[in-house]
Amino acid sequence: MSMVEFHDVQKFYGKFHALHSINLQIDKGETVVLIGPSGSGKSTLIRTINRLESIQGGKLIVNNQDLSNPKTDSNRLRQDVGMVFQHFNLYKNKNVLENVMLAPRIVSHIPEDENKRQAMNLLDMVGVADKAQNMPAQISGGQKQRVAIARSLAMHPKLLLFDEPTSALDPEMIDEVLQVIKKITSSSDMTSLIVTHEMGFAKEVANRVIFMDQGQIVEDDDSSSFFKQPQTERAQQFLSKIIAH
Amino acid sequence: MIRIFNNFSSQLVSGFGWTILSSLLTLIFSLIFGVLIALLEVIPNKAANKIGRIYVEIFRNIPLLIIVMFFYLIVPKYFVKIDGFTAGTIGLFLYTSAFIAEIIRSGIQSVSQGQMEGARSTGMTYKQAMRYVVLPQAFKIVIPPLGNQFVNLIKDSSILAFVAGFDLMYQANAIASVTFDTINSYFVIGVLYIIITMPLSYYMQYLEKKMA
Repeated sequence: MSMVEFHDVQKFYGKFHALHSINLQIDKGETVVLIGPSGSGKSTLIRTINRLESIQGGKLIVNNQDLSNPKTDSNRLRQDVGMVFQHFNLYKNKNVLENVMLAPRIVSHIPEDENKRQAMNLLDMVGVADKAQNMPAQISGGQKQRVAIARSLAMHPKLLLFDEPTSALDPEMIDEVLQVIKKITSSSDMTSLIVTHEMGFAKEVANRVIFMDQGQIVEDDDSSSFFKQPQTERAQQFLSKIIAH
Repeated sequence: MIRIFNNFSSQLVSGFGWTILSSLLTLIFSLIFGVLIALLEVIPNKAANKIGRIYVEIFRNIPLLIIVMFFYLIVPKYFVKIDGFTAGTIGLFLYTSAFIAEIIRSGIQSVSQGQMEGARSTGMTYKQAMRYVVLPQAFKIVIPPLGNQFVNLIKDSSILAFVAGFDLMYQANAIASVTFDTINSYFVIGVLYIIITMPLSYYMQYLEKKMA
């Protein structure tokens, strides 16, 4: 069963061709890591999946909904497709607990006491339950990202998109976030797509690695063979540079 | 000055009342209308953006006096009978709304795009994301310029004097023409304007501290 299907998808920013004929299928339960140099279209690709970016050609099916059809309801789609951002994007006007509880309350209309119980459980799972009453500005970057993960899990998504979740973090805080992501992706009914520069982490969690360059998918392989020896020269070059330092 | 106040206290109190009434009506309605215009300018709809833009450009680029004169002279002649107070207050309301719209728009746009994306990514509609996430943050940012605009509108309400609006400025003109004591006549209402504007200034400062 596939969760995401790209058929010849094109994306333009004005005249700039950001995604060239993307063909990609992600099955339910898979953990796919997306890597590549900056400007290669990784973030753009991941953002088309929950329609934060529109597409200009081809067919894109996510969770059995056709995103190439303008009538498809984006809000309904996003209830099943969570996203974790590079810069966390926690609501600055709400405390940690409210950040997690807001969408279940106003989108899914979950009873308040059940919502609160669920939010506290999630905050506990990501290890920030003691910060529930703090404002986002009062907690560390690593804690913010873990709250953001709890916030997206509160909607019980079938697919989670991670857009460089550790790129804005201090080196010391990267691990605490990666551990949480690892815990989530190991569950067999969660499908996830992760854009990251953390190669060690990628090797550890990914079933599959996709390497992009200049708006195209250059290589799509299972994780172990990719990290043993990428097939294309471009990917080899990229990998050797990233691992070298 | 004290003599003027004693001799003309009923006129001054009445002017004080009309100024407060006009300012209060303008403040309430231009805040609501200004927010609506600002939303027209930012929602993802080109036609709405254009309408909002045109409104703002028309009403902030015409002197207030001309807008008020339009409602005082043209509207009663061709459309409906309205008195000076109503004409002046409507003009002031439309004029102030344009400035408030610009303040609110800049507030909305200074909330980072990520806040909207974060909210939308959880399945919230554009309206919900605006209401629960973006607007509360925008309001906090715009309190200082909004306070500025509120104080301005109270002082701008002196435009009513030109159209027989019975406000403070109107009364001062009348008193000055009877007593020939121009300086003291205007000095008295200067003090009365401060009595209205100062508490508002302090309230806005308090609000700013409270929300910080």
